[in-house]
Amino acid sequence: MTFRIGKTLSSLALGLALATTALTPVAWAAGASDTDQERAARWHEIATSIFGDRPIAQTDSLVKIDAPVRALDAALVPITLTMPNDGQIKAVSLIIDDNPAPYAAKFEFGPAADPAELKLRVRVNNYTDMHAVVETQDGKLYEAKQFVKASGGCSAPMGMSDEEAMKGMGDMRMKFAESQPGKPVEATLMVRHPNFSGMQMNQVTRDYTPARYIDKLTVSAGNQKVFTLTGDISIASNPVINFAFKPDGKPIQVAASDNQGGHWQHSFTPPSPTN
Amino acid sequence: MTAPAVQPRAFPGQRALSRRGVLFGGLCLCCLPTLGRAAEFFTTEEVGPGIFVRKGLIVDATADNADAIANIGFIVGKTGVLVTESGGSLADGQWLRAEIAKRTQKPITHVVLTHVHPDHVFGAGAFEQDKPVFIGHAKLTEALSARGEFYRKRLIDLLGEARTGPVVYPTMTVADTAEVDLGDRRLTFTAHGPAHTTSDLSMIDSGSGLLFPADLLFVNRIPSLDGSLKGWLTEAARLKAMGPSRAVPGHGPVTVDLAPALADLTGYLTALRDGTRAAIAKDVSIEKAVDTVARDQRDKWALFDTYNGRNVTVAYQELEWE
Ligand SMILES: [Zn+2]
Repeated sequence: MTFRIGKTLSSLALGLALATTALTPVAWAAGASDTDQERAARWHEIATSIFGDRPIAQTDSLVKIDAPVRALDAALVPITLTMPNDGQIKAVSLIIDDNPAPYAAKFEFGPAADPAELKLRVRVNNYTDMHAVVETQDGKLYEAKQFVKASGGCSAPMGMSDEEAMKGMGDMRMKFAESQPGKPVEATLMVRHPNFSGMQMNQVTRDYTPARYIDKLTVSAGNQKVFTLTGDISIASNPVINFAFKPDGKPIQVAASDNQGGHWQHSFTPPSPTN
Repeated sequence: MTAPAVQPRAFPGQRALSRRGVLFGGLCLCCLPTLGRAAEFFTTEEVGPGIFVRKGLIVDATADNADAIANIGFIVGKTGVLVTESGGSLADGQWLRAEIAKRTQKPITHVVLTHVHPDHVFGAGAFEQDKPVFIGHAKLTEALSARGEFYRKRLIDLLGEARTGPVVYPTMTVADTAEVDLGDRRLTFTAHGPAHTTSDLSMIDSGSGLLFPADLLFVNRIPSLDGSLKGWLTEAARLKAMGPSRAVPGHGPVTVDLAPALADLTGYLTALRDGTRAAIAKDVSIEKAVDTVARDQRDKWALFDTYNGRNVTVAYQELEWE
């Protein structure tokens, strides 16, 4: 599925809040052969669309992206974002430059967050630069970059019918790693949701399945926010997010909604720390 | 097999062919439908009475090999010819059709589409002119609707439009079992639950007793998981219970003893299942699991490094919701 629209941002749905119109399947006429200059120019355009004129400094300490250089499965590319956990990170955005909707995810951290390591799984539609942009508490922006080889992740059909893919939509699970008292707890949140990209063919109607994806997901520990995730079609189906939080003995609350009005809420009780 | 056979020349059983042997019964190669250079090494072998199979290359599809990577072939019955697998591209299918014409003048009445994967269905276009019955799993139509064009575009990138061919849909679908009578032999089809893919169809020939499990059975080449890991183990047990002693695997030698081949297959799938489950239980992330699970199987399978990580990715998604 390649829908070439040329290298202009004018008709590009950026994803997240910037995707004001219904998402249509579009993709860059980008590919493996693009030069570094072309990629840099594209990133400049995207960054300007998202962050305006705010300067973005390079960093190798405030955020680091780990992604496989060559994805084994373009529809499920595991990403790890590593950041300092001393409270200076306010938010992190993940942008997959050559995806049809490049702005993949934005995490805004709350007081119960430990942003040291964040894992998520994304779709990658093309050979692309991937950017992580962090915002520090003083409002400054810093970026890190990684190049990923993958193709077709957004249009890759699911191995099942839409109906099967939607089975149990909104179900959630949370796993907690063993922890020490007073230390952050690592958790894995699993959400059942097809996260249809709008670029996958329906098996029966042979028409595109409309995009249906988790657009907002809030995790809180008691009354304290851990993070709010604003998501888009680049997040893989059945989203799984690894994060860490500062426990205060209260249950973890998760609220998720999708762009078609679906809304789900679950509560999980972390195990008490082992001594 | 200890190392992936990456060169087209490297597949066993073909090395001894003389120059004369590769001339396909006197036809010069330049007049044959183009299969790329790999065609020089192709031939069909008679593996049972009236049953001919061409061994696929144990490599990935390239422009040179025309995606001729699956074991394909045909069965000559009294009333006509049944194509057991059509090939991986229009070019591959045309090559097979020319092979059939050299062996028999009987009409091609049936073409089996064993499952949704491109190396097994894109040869079908070469047989449309014969107006055969295209036989497939009841779920194949929807699977091809979802993936056919996606696969076709990728194949076109590799081979060009002319050698790729159209997506051909089944005209006879099997939801449970079905039978096709070729006059002197009957073919019994079984539609399997989600296993290698969600559209796996197997067949047994009454004339030879041979089982055609297609990609439910990989030999030498690492199995690729695209349906359900737990389901595949179930369906492998079912194949065994069906009782045939010899089989024509989807990839690997043209025929094998079924029991040991199935034991190797389930050995890999079990290692994949147990290793992935253990990784999930220990909170080992998916990106670490792809490098650690089923490593002890590495020496047993060609293309292990290409496919094992992907298999772990698929298995992880299935098993993490257990
Ligand atoms: Zn297959």
